[in-house]
Amino acid sequence: MAEIFGNYFEVTPEQGAEHMCLSFKPSSVPIKQRWRNNGLSADFLGDYLTTFFPKNNNDPASIKKQVSIRDAAAYIANELLENAMKYSNEDGKVPNSIDLTLMEDKLIFTEINGINNEQENSFKSFIDELENNDPDELYMQRLEESAMTDISSGLGYLTMINDYQAAVGWKFDINNGEHKVTTQVVISI
Amino acid sequence: MNLIENENYKVAYDSEHQSVVFSGILRLGGMAEYAPIAECLEQAVAENSELKLSLKALEFLNSSGIAMLSKFVISARNKAEFSLQIIGSSEIPWQGKSLKNLQRLMPSLSLVLE
Repeated sequence: MAEIFGNYFEVTPEQGAEHMCLSFKPSSVPIKQRWRNNGLSADFLGDYLTTFFPKNNNDPASIKKQVSIRDAAAYIANELLENAMKYSNEDGKVPNSIDLTLMEDKLIFTEINGINNEQENSFKSFIDELENNDPDELYMQRLEESAMTDISSGLGYLTMINDYQAAVGWKFDINNGEHKVTTQVVISI
Repeated sequence: MNLIENENYKVAYDSEHQSVVFSGILRLGGMAEYAPIAECLEQAVAENSELKLSLKALEFLNSSGIAMLSKFVISARNKAEFSLQIIGSSEIPWQGKSLKNLQRLMPSLSLVLE
């Protein structure tokens, strides 16, 4: 039985005009060594999207839109991939994947990773905090806390929600005995 | 000149001109990896009464980097009579979206997007 939190809806690739998915096998290679792949993948997704938002050098608005969409896609994809790498169950068999679906008026990021019990509980308590607080206040509170601790937990989601006006939702479910979480981020374009 | 750099980014603290200039792409893996840059910024706060931080050529910053900058701004806020100016670029979308939050942490901060 899946548990749903936040703004989450099922989306099939057929619903989108364009769609791209990158999938990675959980790995025993140290995170430090794999970290740069997050940025490479995120930039690739951002660059890929620019094809669908061509710029016309005589139209400054088209240039601005392309730059803005590329930047937002690369930021959000990178944060999702960083989270997946930091918090996924590396002993499991669930591949990490990120899917980008382009619809007429929005972009949908869907990131899936395996998760262990401890990670799942910690994640759900953050979601609970997010659902019961004003995201803007929580964001400022997290920024203040960053001065006291070296933990910036949840800041990626809070920047997406507050700075990129993203809608975020989660689905937790169990597949062949393995727990996994699907994170969905939607931005208007 | 205190310089921290790798193939993706450069952070240069120039004590003579009371400035720290960031450039490139910063996507380090958490606060521990940002520690050398955070220490450089702390040093810049400790050694000056006013400071100019230029982010005009910083194309990308992840959320851990935003946390690192917040920590620095709070440290500047907590130092009496400290004047901080942050210069960004209006051409780089993340800066228009996220830098204003630093000003909310320190209302006297002068934020200029050129």
